[in-house]
Amino acid sequence: MEALLSRYRNLTVLLVVVIAQLLYLAYQVRSNRDERLIRVWAVSAVTPMAGVVEAVRRNTIGFLEDYFILLDVREQNRKLKAENDRLRMENIYYRNQLATAEHARALVLFQQQSPSKTVAARVIGNSTVGTAKAVFIDRGSTSGVKKGMAVVTPEGIVGKVIATYPLVSQVLLVTDPTFKVGVESQRGHVHGVLDCGSGACVVEQIQNEDKVDPGEWFFTSGEDRIFPRGFPVGTVISAQPGQGMKDVKLNLSGAPAGAEEVLVILQGVHQQIPEAAPVETSAPVTLPPPPPEDTASGSSIPQPQTQADKIREKYEDLGKQQNHVYGEYGSNVPNFNLKPAASSSSSTTGSSAPPAANPAKLAVPGILGAPRSWQSSSASAPPKAATPSGPVLPLGAPRHQPSDQP
Amino acid sequence: MNEVSDHVVITRRSKESWFSRFQVVALAGITLVAIVGKFYLPRLIPNTEWLELPLLLTVYFGLMRRSQIAALFFGAFVGLAEDLLAPVNIPIGMYGITKTLVGYFSASVSLRFNVENAAVRLVLCFFFYGFHAFVYWIMRRALLSQMVPFDPQETLVHGALNAVIAVPLFAFLDRMRLSGAV
Repeated sequence: MEALLSRYRNLTVLLVVVIAQLLYLAYQVRSNRDERLIRVWAVSAVTPMAGVVEAVRRNTIGFLEDYFILLDVREQNRKLKAENDRLRMENIYYRNQLATAEHARALVLFQQQSPSKTVAARVIGNSTVGTAKAVFIDRGSTSGVKKGMAVVTPEGIVGKVIATYPLVSQVLLVTDPTFKVGVESQRGHVHGVLDCGSGACVVEQIQNEDKVDPGEWFFTSGEDRIFPRGFPVGTVISAQPGQGMKDVKLNLSGAPAGAEEVLVILQGVHQQIPEAAPVETSAPVTLPPPPPEDTASGSSIPQPQTQADKIREKYEDLGKQQNHVYGEYGSNVPNFNLKPAASSSSSTTGSSAPPAANPAKLAVPGILGAPRSWQSSSASAPPKAATPSGPVLPLGAPRHQPSDQP
Repeated sequence: MNEVSDHVVITRRSKESWFSRFQVVALAGITLVAIVGKFYLPRLIPNTEWLELPLLLTVYFGLMRRSQIAALFFGAFVGLAEDLLAPVNIPIGMYGITKTLVGYFSASVSLRFNVENAAVRLVLCFFFYGFHAFVYWIMRRALLSQMVPFDPQETLVHGALNAVIAVPLFAFLDRMRLSGAV
């Protein structure tokens, strides 16, 4: 026997070590309890550095991002020098508006609006098991976090707490193969079980007869006793009849693996399934719509702003009255000394009085750079402005009076 | 005369011995860094969950040490350390058993092949990654009744990536070994 053992010493040691671990494993499974103390020691030894590592990571990434953003701003500034100041100010204003849509702010907003009592946490580390989807968050039992609590973001569900330590907790993500979530559709209130084990997320236990449409939202049903009812889960990508059960594929609205800030639900409150689709809380803040146009003017046609525009419209009206087509060869030459009809020119002046009632206003062409206020105030009008009463001629027209014509 | 020659032989052995005290401490430190790194690395560099540095170190230890017993104990140590940081729904010992087997078999392979060759190391690391993933999957299904999917395509790709990483990593560890032995 001794000779046999000494001959197969290595194999014997291997078997002893493996069997010892198997027995230890079987003891854990059979007693249905893990060796908490050992894990507490291990996690407590590793996680204190988590905050430091996370801070270094964030600062490094933040510095790099700031640096590249700064380069981008410089480049934009170089290009924007060709534009006027007003456009540049508008651009900066819009950028500031967009920058206000930070995720943390949305999280706080959601935390305030949600009836459930929550505590914000930050993801600080991953699990060592590649196939198991689990992360560590920086809130532990001292913050009131307990095993079994749901973890969410404003966009959707993230996972559940499977272990708590004094300062950190371990969260099993919904994308873990062993994790199931009770869900309910928005329109038909069809109940199912969410399973993301096979890579893509599917909703199981839905009968072929149940009506589920692509694009429809699924919410937590509360039946799993983890997530309170009414939290958004995701939208249906495809729903096809399968063998016995319907094949419903779901697109998770939250990003469990990529979430950096999460909320742990300390006290869940069940809610109703909302009728409307959930609002995208992380969407960028948009400016309010422009004020409504003044409909009192009764016309959507843009009003002419300059004297040149007014003169141009006057000549167009005169041409129309005399059936003259500008730019057409052989067309009769219109008489520009005639007064245009009141109906057609009423829109050109922008005033309530017809132009015929105030011919001096219409006849005097504006001068570039000259103040325009004098037209509306006769008292302050310069003396020279009232004098021209002669006809306004187009460029290139003969400069003689009608009385001089033969 | 005999005493002097014995002293020379002992000194040479101690210099040539790979498993000197310095390297034990260094390798243990590197292994701990690898295990903790597996905890932190996906946070620092996204999409690096496939990187199995503890496994690569176990394979390297087995290949270089050429002692099955030492390699299996090293594998058990690394695996159990990983189990401690694993999700609590996975009992302690799953990675321990898997890496014990990896350590033992890698040491067994080193007795038959020239493991200094980079191509052999590449193939061995690829093989042991697949072996490790498959055994772990079998154990989760058989022992824990957890219906975890096994994606062969993903395993092959990750195995290839780990093998590519392993070659320069092993070369670096070789240099450290040589410098530590002098």
